[in-house]
Amino acid sequence: MNLDFTQITSSIPYILQGIGVTLKIVGVAALIGFAIGILLALCKIGRFKGFKWFADIYTSIFRGTPLILQLLLIYYGTPQLFDIKVSAYTAAVLAFGFNSGAYISEIIRAGILAVDRGQLEASMALGIPYKKMMKDIVLPQALKNILPALMNEFITLTKESAIVTVIGVTDIMRRSYIVGGNTYRYFESLIFAGVIYYLMVIVLTLIGKAVERRMRRSD
Amino acid sequence: MIKIQDLRKSFKNIEVLKGISTTIQKGEIIAIIGPSGSGKSTFLRCINLLETPSGGQIWVNENEVTNPKVNIMKVREQVGMVFQQFNLFPHKTVLENIIYAPMMVKGISKSEAETKGRDLLKKVGLSEKENEHPVRLSGGQKQRVAIARALAMSPEMMLFDEPTSALDPEMVKEVLEVIKSLALTGMTMAIVTHEMGFAREVADRVLFLDDGQLVEDAAPAEFFSSPKSKRAQDFLEKIL
Repeated sequence: MNLDFTQITSSIPYILQGIGVTLKIVGVAALIGFAIGILLALCKIGRFKGFKWFADIYTSIFRGTPLILQLLLIYYGTPQLFDIKVSAYTAAVLAFGFNSGAYISEIIRAGILAVDRGQLEASMALGIPYKKMMKDIVLPQALKNILPALMNEFITLTKESAIVTVIGVTDIMRRSYIVGGNTYRYFESLIFAGVIYYLMVIVLTLIGKAVERRMRRSD
Repeated sequence: MIKIQDLRKSFKNIEVLKGISTTIQKGEIIAIIGPSGSGKSTFLRCINLLETPSGGQIWVNENEVTNPKVNIMKVREQVGMVFQQFNLFPHKTVLENIIYAPMMVKGISKSEAETKGRDLLKKVGLSEKENEHPVRLSGGQKQRVAIARALAMSPEMMLFDEPTSALDPEMVKEVLEVIKSLALTGMTMAIVTHEMGFAREVADRVLFLDDGQLVEDAAPAEFFSSPKSKRAQDFLEKIL
């Protein structure tokens, strides 16, 4: 067995810089995904048939095709359709955001439907308008219930972000792959990347638990 | 004043209300009683359009709520409702539950809403609970908060949908006391209830519903001592 982690020591800072790249993609994509998710969920439970169809078709397409295909379509395909150049970072953020929006919308929809009907009736009886009822009464309760599922989605997003490697974004994954190639130490550099991803997921999990504890204080 | 004309409601193929007409005058207290499944709750819930009537007309004051052109949200501001299951907002404190709608719907300032909210909490005897979340309250306390929440909108009339049916027996009294004290203020009220003693004592009129029909409409003394219809006689025999 030929393992020597000291061989990649000098490249460790280089790989670590990828954390920032990955976080930037995941963070922005999560925000986009969350915003799209809420909008789609509201369309799905709303009265307007047209919105409902749009949201269902959107979800069906983004869940029904590979993420990497969506990423490549946005990165390589868009310039062919429109006369614009999409940067790798933009393509990554859009692909992940659009994709997780589909998943998050289903999570939020289930969360909204699980809120007791009595809450809607009490709001209606008080004359609270639909928008305010959703924002202040229904969504806060829904979010509390779906927090574990949302955390799950963000964890998935963090790990899946590694596929931006294929369009050349120098995230943690790509950097460790490059270091592996340069030093002929693939195992060491990839394991190192794996440890970074794992620690990031652990941190996310802890944050999720802390938020959940905070939200459950009213129980 | 609430005027109801030939109110009908069907769920799928089942006709729950089969043409009910009555008028509730300003300041009147109406007890709605009847066997379960008679349509009492549906009748009450039609008044503020929590259920959409299948036929007939309802006026709340001068507004015909069954007319799609009438802004039901405005009418609901005038009609407070208290539910069997309380339906407090679990993520808000007691005081937040009370001040939310006055602030958001009526645009009252926070300080004003809080002053009024604390005043109402005092009236229902829960001043010390204003910062608790509903989960920390007993059923009777929850229902009293729910009454205060409805009153915070300064409604002209109140609907009570079996306000004590979900309570443990020892908590029924505290809620009924609050409703009684409200009755003394001249509030117009319609109360669906199984508490016959309470109905007899507080109501000006008893509406007896059975099988979606208004079978009797009488003063409580008259209704409880000498019910006219066979159905009311059978019902009272079973429960008294």
